[in-house]
Amino acid sequence: MSKIKALEAINDFVVKFANVNGSGSASANELFAKSIIRMGVPVSPRNIFPSNIQGLPTWYEVRITEHGYLGRRGGVDLMVAMNPQTWDADISEIESGGYLFYDNSKPIPASRFRDDIHVIGVPLTQICNAAYTEPRQRQLFKNIVYVGALSALLDIEIEVIEKLIAEQYKSKPKLFEPNKQALHMGRDYVLNNLQYPIGLRVKRADAVGDRIFLEGNSAAALGCVYGGATVCAWYPITPSSSCAEAFQSYCMKYRVDAETGKNLYAIVQAEDEIASIGMVVGAGWNGARAFTTTSGPGVSLMTEFIGLAYMAEIPVTIINVQRGGPSTGMPTRTQQADILSCAYASHGDTKHVLLFPEDPKECFEHAAAALDLADRLQTPIFVMSDLDIGMNQRLCEPLQWDDSRGFDRGKVMTAEQLEGGMEFGRYKEVDGDGIPYRTYPGTHPSKGSFFTRGTTKNAFAGYSERGPDYLYNMQRLMKKFDTAKSLVPQPIIKKTKEATPFAVIYFGSTSPAMAEAIEVLAGANTHLDTLRLRAFPFPNSVANFIAEHQFVFVVEQNRDAQVRSLLINEFGIDPAKLFAILHYDGTPITARFISNAISSQIEKLYIASMQSQKVVTP
Amino acid sequence: MTYIAKPKLHHPSLTKNKVCHTRRDYEGRISTLCAGCGHDSISAAIIQACWEMDVEPHRVAKLSGIGCSSKTPDYFLGNSHGFNTVHGRMPSVLTGANLANRELLYLGVSGDGDSASIGIGQFVHVMRRGVNMLYIVENNGVYGLTKGQFSATADQGSTSKKGVVNADSPIDMVSLALQLGATFVARSFSGDKQQLVPLIKAAIAHRGAAFLDVISPCVAFNNHPGSTKSYDYVREHNEAVNRIDVIETRQEITVDYSAGEMIEVEQHDGTFIRLRKLKADYDATNRIVAMNYVQEHQAKGEVVTGLLYVDSEAGDMHDHINSIDTAFNKLGSEKLCPGVDVLEKLNAALR
Repeated sequence: MSKIKALEAINDFVVKFANVNGSGSASANELFAKSIIRMGVPVSPRNIFPSNIQGLPTWYEVRITEHGYLGRRGGVDLMVAMNPQTWDADISEIESGGYLFYDNSKPIPASRFRDDIHVIGVPLTQICNAAYTEPRQRQLFKNIVYVGALSALLDIEIEVIEKLIAEQYKSKPKLFEPNKQALHMGRDYVLNNLQYPIGLRVKRADAVGDRIFLEGNSAAALGCVYGGATVCAWYPITPSSSCAEAFQSYCMKYRVDAETGKNLYAIVQAEDEIASIGMVVGAGWNGARAFTTTSGPGVSLMTEFIGLAYMAEIPVTIINVQRGGPSTGMPTRTQQADILSCAYASHGDTKHVLLFPEDPKECFEHAAAALDLADRLQTPIFVMSDLDIGMNQRLCEPLQWDDSRGFDRGKVMTAEQLEGGMEFGRYKEVDGDGIPYRTYPGTHPSKGSFFTRGTTKNAFAGYSERGPDYLYNMQRLMKKFDTAKSLVPQPIIKKTKEATPFAVIYFGSTSPAMAEAIEVLAGANTHLDTLRLRAFPFPNSVANFIAEHQFVFVVEQNRDAQVRSLLINEFGIDPAKLFAILHYDGTPITARFISNAISSQIEKLYIASMQSQKVVTP
Repeated sequence: MTYIAKPKLHHPSLTKNKVCHTRRDYEGRISTLCAGCGHDSISAAIIQACWEMDVEPHRVAKLSGIGCSSKTPDYFLGNSHGFNTVHGRMPSVLTGANLANRELLYLGVSGDGDSASIGIGQFVHVMRRGVNMLYIVENNGVYGLTKGQFSATADQGSTSKKGVVNADSPIDMVSLALQLGATFVARSFSGDKQQLVPLIKAAIAHRGAAFLDVISPCVAFNNHPGSTKSYDYVREHNEAVNRIDVIETRQEITVDYSAGEMIEVEQHDGTFIRLRKLKADYDATNRIVAMNYVQEHQAKGEVVTGLLYVDSEAGDMHDHINSIDTAFNKLGSEKLCPGVDVLEKLNAALR
């Protein structure tokens, strides 16, 4: 019996499942999360999984949030402890007054618990051993049994869960009954033996709306389908593999020619990342929209080809689902640590376009946009996703598409144009935006062919070592990069009602935590204007935004404040003006972290200004 | 010398092929390679073969890596798009280009420096995949462009110009190609145009990964006594296993050959390779025989040349991936984009 009052909350708490990976828990946990969404209550689940296949700990942390705060909160109110290996660590994470749910088939000494938490025991192993004889069944159904128990404890509508199970087994109806049975075994045990519901409850609401629930990697893959990619060359690497695999699934459904049954796509699992990017370069050179999906280590391998694509001006799309670095780093943890290595990838003077999606919906949009931008700008485009977005399901607005959109192929000179006498210089400036015309191989019998190489050249693709030719080309590439500023997704600026000297710049997966942090800070009377970067190069609106404020925080998930460096580098901003707020331990950033860091920094500034007699209005 | 422009006019009696081109229409720029370089003979053979095969020059995509041999695509097929990629990585770029447009003819030109060290991985996998291409290695046992270091195909015990002995075991790309499933494997010599041109023609007509190893002496760095890739050495040790011609239609064999000495192999495009055996025990349609023969004879220091293996019924990468006949680069959004109705259904399924 705990001495501390049990936590009470409706539609606002965190449940964490501690499982052994490979035990079948993932699908049961997802069922739990989806049932709450179906009750109209937003949920934000996150997988914390080891770099392993079976037998090591894995966690599924679900934030239930009627408010719609989809960032990670930090702290656990109800721990479902199914892994003896991590018992002590799991117990220690529970908030004081929180709950522990565990399998009490075998007795556990009192010393292994805490006296300030509330313990709920259900004999899961016993229940399963009684109901099933086969070991695999005993293991798998145990997960559904605990979902059933939780439904009673947390007041989750059982019919909603049953409906989800029916949908899951639509193509295998025989499996519905056993799963339903397992569900009720767990539920009935609670109804007959324990007090329910507990202080933490789910109550039907209408806060989900028409939002969809999907993973960033799938969304990005779908964006590539919609954006017209026909060639995908990739090499498996966590956390990006599921993106290429999703592209495969979508293509099998939507890219098979109805008449002939033949494929309107090619997916090659290459022998390594170098071959992957090489294939993308070859395909892009030859007029097909091509992309690869990878993570930091893959980008490192690809840098030589990225430089070639930059110099030879070949459309290439790279989806980088970032993970903990450097080197092999933390393959199953999240970071935003490849910003500089992608922005300036390869030796010599290079600059590349980066897109920063914040959620799966933007992964879809930015993947499709990347394919257009690659063709339009004739250059590599990086879609900078990360593990937090890529490998977790997130609630986001429904995906949208405009059928009248078509593909922007950029400046491609046709046989007709060549025949008609239009002058063709592969690397020649034509209309002031820095972008020349290209021709696809095989276009015209005697006009329009040229040699592509990574070396310097003149405007007609002739090999040249002359200084003026080199300068012309490098400056035209800069102009092209400048043109990109108006073509890429623009930043989103939000201003408070009254003027404030404080501002925050952030990007990507930081966004849900930032939204919550801004509200928390506003509640404490600290107001900040915000700017969410959605791409590099940064448009001038970013420089203006910084100029309008006295103190600008730059929040990012890497150690070396990479976007801060990029801002200073590109705009020549005084470093003293930009304060780095850095979270980089591999877990997703939380609102608590951001608001604490900003408040304490503002307090320091206030104290300093008081000391130096310059008044700062907080 | 690139400052010497080639004269544009040519003799009116130059014959035209079926696509109304003279041989001059298959030329490129003037070579900047050393006088006497084997690679220039290979370029000439490519020009001859393409002309004889009525290839449309602009329908060829020529890709290369980095090195002396990789410079040569500039010296032939001036009306084709060319791509000098990065060192050792021509195969992946060519594979991607092939995926984008299966209708062009893909010529991958590389050297032993480009292909047998940094490029060995990509060579292996492009052969495995059966990419429809002609992969030519212009093999001189050295890195010419960086002035004469041994390459991985240099024979053990051979010496450099400065007298350094190569201690490492050599890579034989022909044996590797056979092992990896290449469906057309041949070796020739830049100095034997009669052997080389028909091999290039047959490889052009072949569907699948065609590998051609051409010993191509480097007059600057590897043409001295002690080299096993010099003009003298190759001429003295050349063991051709067969002679081939590429013919358009099957011809009646009128000369009295002993059984099996002359065979005609039909290619995928309907042409025939007429193959006359020079070595009685060599069967170019049997991969294992080919592998054994090559290993045995090369161990004796012989340079085994000719059409070493051909499987004219094999498919290529596009067959394996069941891709549509139309080039991908011709497909538009009507074919490729599922549309807003499908998206609405997907949204619904995700709620």
